[in-house]
Amino acid sequence: MAMSVIWVCMLALALFCGLLRGDADLGRAALAGAGKAVELSLSLAGSLCLWSGFGCLLERSGLQKRLARLLSPLLGRLYPSARRDPETMGALSGNVTANLLGLGSAATPLGVAAVRRMQARAGTEEASDEMCRLVVMNTASIQLLPTTVAALRGTLGADSPFDILPAVWLSSLISVTAGLGAAALLRRVWGKLE
Amino acid sequence: MNLLIPALLLGTSALALARGVDVYAALLEGGQRGLELVKTVLPSLVMLLTAVELLRVSGAMDALTRLLTPAAAWLGIPPETVPLMVVRPLSGSAALAVGAELMAVHGPNSLVGRTAAVMLGSTETTFYTISVYFAAAGVRRSRYAIPAALTADLTGFLAAALTVRLL
Repeated sequence: MAMSVIWVCMLALALFCGLLRGDADLGRAALAGAGKAVELSLSLAGSLCLWSGFGCLLERSGLQKRLARLLSPLLGRLYPSARRDPETMGALSGNVTANLLGLGSAATPLGVAAVRRMQARAGTEEASDEMCRLVVMNTASIQLLPTTVAALRGTLGADSPFDILPAVWLSSLISVTAGLGAAALLRRVWGKLE
Repeated sequence: MNLLIPALLLGTSALALARGVDVYAALLEGGQRGLELVKTVLPSLVMLLTAVELLRVSGAMDALTRLLTPAAAWLGIPPETVPLMVVRPLSGSAALAVGAELMAVHGPNSLVGRTAAVMLGSTETTFYTISVYFAAAGVRRSRYAIPAALTADLTGFLAAALTVRLL
């Protein structure tokens, strides 16, 4: 629904500003925008297919599983309940590794499975602290290979599409830390706010 | 960085082959998924790039940027990226469209283009993620998940602007 409101607001704003200026050729602009979108999608298609293929290879070869095993001690600290439940841990570490490898479509079902399992064990309709942490980790996007963005940069003629990697890693790290920090703080005050 | 990608592709493929995986079939199956992704994103890109183009030609984009310049400059964020920050938590493909437009207009190697790329790479579609995760699990009260996740987004935007200038 939010996108519908934004869509109407964008069109209204454009029409209003266009009328103020008087000379803006909005009809041509609308058609040009639509055309650009198709061009962009087509030029993105190549890299997206390549990287999705690579992602599938990571899953099949068992590399993703191995990375997941490597991560489970760290995750046990953030999610104590998963230490006692291998099924939650499996889904959790799978979710985090899929995110790290830039496999967004694989990460979501695993993350959902982890939240479901946590919910089933807790038995309430309220998000637990661990669920909030999991959601924050997923919304802060910790990626080793931001393939979609790199594909976009490559398409648009960047000198070296992947040279933004250090900046992406550092920003992701900072934002996930801030998110988890905010979660830790809010956890203490939330009960009093409600 | 130039050798990283082919080396990564070769390393993974060779390792998978050694483990008896049908490498080529896996690549093709994944490629099919990539095509699905293109198919889902295309209509949304059409709608949003139409709106973005209208906003640009009508002068609304410039007006909005001018309005927000002082605040963004104070925070060290390129003001051109403000529209991107607005749509990022709401829609992934909208953010992709706005980011692509920024990179096309200012150039992918420019400060604005790089900041937009890092912003896209280091944040997620917060509201979509929260609603999918909690709806699927039957969680009705999200408690502090949204403010905490938005804090992460906001920090991510600031960090993107900072790291692009420093690294």
